[in-house]
Amino acid sequence: MAAKKSSVAFVRKEPLPAMPPPARDRGAAKWIRENLLSNISNSVLTVLSIIAIYYLCAFVLPWIWNGVWTTSSLAECREVLQGVTGGCFSVLTERWNQLIFGFAYPSEFYWRPALAFVLLFFAAAPVLFFDLPRKLLIFTGLYPFLAFWLIWGGPIGYPLIGLLGCAVGYFVHSVLVARNFALGLIVGFAAAIATWSLGSNLVGALAPEQPLLGAVESRKMGGFMLNMILGTVAVSLALPIGIALALGRQSRLPIVKWVCVVFIEFIRGVPLITLLFVANVVLAYFFPPEANIDILIRVIIMLTIFSAAYIAEVIRGGLAALPRGQYEAADSLGLDYAQAMQMIVLPQALKISIPGIVNVAVGLFKDTTLVSIISMFDLVGMIRGPILASTEWNGVYWELLGFAAVLFFIVCYGISQYSQWLERRLATDHR
Amino acid sequence: MTATPDAPPIEGFKVADLWFDTRYRSYTFQLIALVILFGSIGYLISNLLTNLANAGLNISWDFLREPSNYDINQKPIEYTSQSSHLRASIVGVLNTLIVAFLACVTATFFGVVAGVLRLSNNWIVARLMSAYVEAFRNVPVLIWIIIIFSIMTVALPGPRAYRGEDAERSMLFDMFAFTNRGIYTPRPEFLNPLMGAQIFSWILVLLVLAASFFGVRALTTWATKTQNATGYRPVTWYWTLAIWLVPLAILMVAMGLSWEYPKLAGFNFQGGIQIRGSLIALWFALAIYTGAFIAENVRAGIQAVSKGQTEAAASLGLRQSWIMNLVVLPQALRVIIPPLISQYLNITKNSSLAIAVGYMDVTGTLGGITLNQTGRAIECILLLMLFYVTISLSISAIMNVYNNSVKLKER
Repeated sequence: MAAKKSSVAFVRKEPLPAMPPPARDRGAAKWIRENLLSNISNSVLTVLSIIAIYYLCAFVLPWIWNGVWTTSSLAECREVLQGVTGGCFSVLTERWNQLIFGFAYPSEFYWRPALAFVLLFFAAAPVLFFDLPRKLLIFTGLYPFLAFWLIWGGPIGYPLIGLLGCAVGYFVHSVLVARNFALGLIVGFAAAIATWSLGSNLVGALAPEQPLLGAVESRKMGGFMLNMILGTVAVSLALPIGIALALGRQSRLPIVKWVCVVFIEFIRGVPLITLLFVANVVLAYFFPPEANIDILIRVIIMLTIFSAAYIAEVIRGGLAALPRGQYEAADSLGLDYAQAMQMIVLPQALKISIPGIVNVAVGLFKDTTLVSIISMFDLVGMIRGPILASTEWNGVYWELLGFAAVLFFIVCYGISQYSQWLERRLATDHR
Repeated sequence: MTATPDAPPIEGFKVADLWFDTRYRSYTFQLIALVILFGSIGYLISNLLTNLANAGLNISWDFLREPSNYDINQKPIEYTSQSSHLRASIVGVLNTLIVAFLACVTATFFGVVAGVLRLSNNWIVARLMSAYVEAFRNVPVLIWIIIIFSIMTVALPGPRAYRGEDAERSMLFDMFAFTNRGIYTPRPEFLNPLMGAQIFSWILVLLVLAASFFGVRALTTWATKTQNATGYRPVTWYWTLAIWLVPLAILMVAMGLSWEYPKLAGFNFQGGIQIRGSLIALWFALAIYTGAFIAENVRAGIQAVSKGQTEAAASLGLRQSWIMNLVVLPQALRVIIPPLISQYLNITKNSSLAIAVGYMDVTGTLGGITLNQTGRAIECILLLMLFYVTISLSISAIMNVYNNSVKLKER
């Protein structure tokens, strides 16, 4: 027999190249299998959602795609469409000014609220984004008076006196606050009010016949502009009141505490619509007989106290979330109540409360549509009232309501995205 | 004799101490606050009295006993236009509670489904649910109410479409008719009711259901006990089913349950239950709007349960559904329930938007027609606010009791 050969015929010197993973375990196939078809119930859900999305698209896309944008009445639009599915979006182009400014605002003045709206972004920017130069805050301070003058017009003296009153009040406060916080606050307020009452009489006497910007009455405000005015004014007024109420509710003085508790719980316990009824029919009884407060101001008062109560609850949560040690540390430094609140407690508590405050602001902005129920012509009021009741556009529901929904969605979604960004930005605890 | 040098000099009380001495300052502040409070309340009330006197009005509650002279289209209790304003308000209160209850149940369903599915690892479903939540949270509820009301009244056909030999529309299973006047459904009726009254029969049905509930609970307790003793859980699902169904079925047969179907008679449907478009619009809009908020609460609650809990449960060998039911959900509920209850409160308050679609809730009767007919604005709005505050405070009280009972007992 021949010598036995080596039983190993072949020895591989280097490893095989790696084979690609099986097709079902890579790329899109893997993703689909793991995310859409991982088991039976998951696959059923996937199929159901695809069917739902298909029906939604089949319904909505042709409606938007075939939309008509240039006709001047519903009948004309139907003629153009000739039975094809399509939206009559021409109601939006034809009634654009009414939807945005209401039906009574003088059309030659449309540029004024539009300018005020654009300037709002410049005024809000330094408040919303901390990286911008702090000098811009001066414009933010001037903006309320400028916007008032632009939207309402009339003698420029009134906004100037308003500004002057604030300046005088602030000056008096900052002189006296070194001696005593409460004294500074009270006298500062008194000085501001004295300036306003003196100044408004003076302006009333000196006002020119033809002011630079023609005056527009409050009841001519309408459309989306009215929603914007109500939302921004009520939230900015409600913030300081809400802080005061929250501090009052935390106070050690029982009378102050219980007044705040009763106020907050009462306002939070009733629907906004009843408060708007109060503004509409009851509130006038509580003013002095000679005062003639117009409905817009009465509604702003009620919206302000409504959102102040909610903001107070949010800030109370922030105050309660602060560790007890912060209060004690402030006490041990010898700070008095006002100093401790201003320098230690509120900066931290407000930071915690920002998302909640933004939620209240978004909620209030959505709730401004309720004024249409007490027959004010905001965006919803315009749609349900003058536009749907007109002979040209009687029956155009989906285009108008869809437009209102989209407009509110853009604003509210934008604000809530900002709030989430801010929350990440302010998260200084390194977790 | 040495003098004690550190004995403080005893000073008399000075007026300035009221402001500068911390012992008295709080009293001074509160006195000032009290004076300002009573001063402003007094000022407002004196204005009110002057204005009322000028307008020749007074505050009086007599109008509540006068006949209302208006009709209400949804009457849970007996009511005619000759009934008093007080009875009209009570009908309104019941209508508020009906729509609030329906919307709370439906919103919870939508919210829990959307909240759980939003965390699903199915990409499409999770995205779809995010879209639902964002779309409904960021648009005013009033717009949703109006949109759904328009669908109910504009997009659905009139009862006329159901008439004739070759009608455009036909009733679903010959039972349901969807018209622009509302949805008509069959009405259950007992042919030989208990003590001759339908209402007693329904109470009996509720009692039987309650008994079944306790029976099933006893069964579960027994099963758990057996499991703890022997290690094997007895199979109980068919017993559970039987306890729910058998007594109910016997009762239904004994009392002769029958269904009254809606029939087209003349220009409208007769018989059956008519669910008006306004109720459906309000109910569905509130449910789907608040459902989006509840979905966020549910998601936050589930995410608040730490991942370690899920992993620990998985390492014990529990299967997916048990992990959710036995470990995650019981802990998440502690976080979910308080915001859930405040959403219920929001539904109750938002149901006052009924006035926008003409659903006759308490805002529509007491705050709407009664107010306009009698001109008693202050009285009506005061009563209206009292009703809502009572509801809110009682729900908050329940919530506080619950919060205290589930609070984590810390060391």
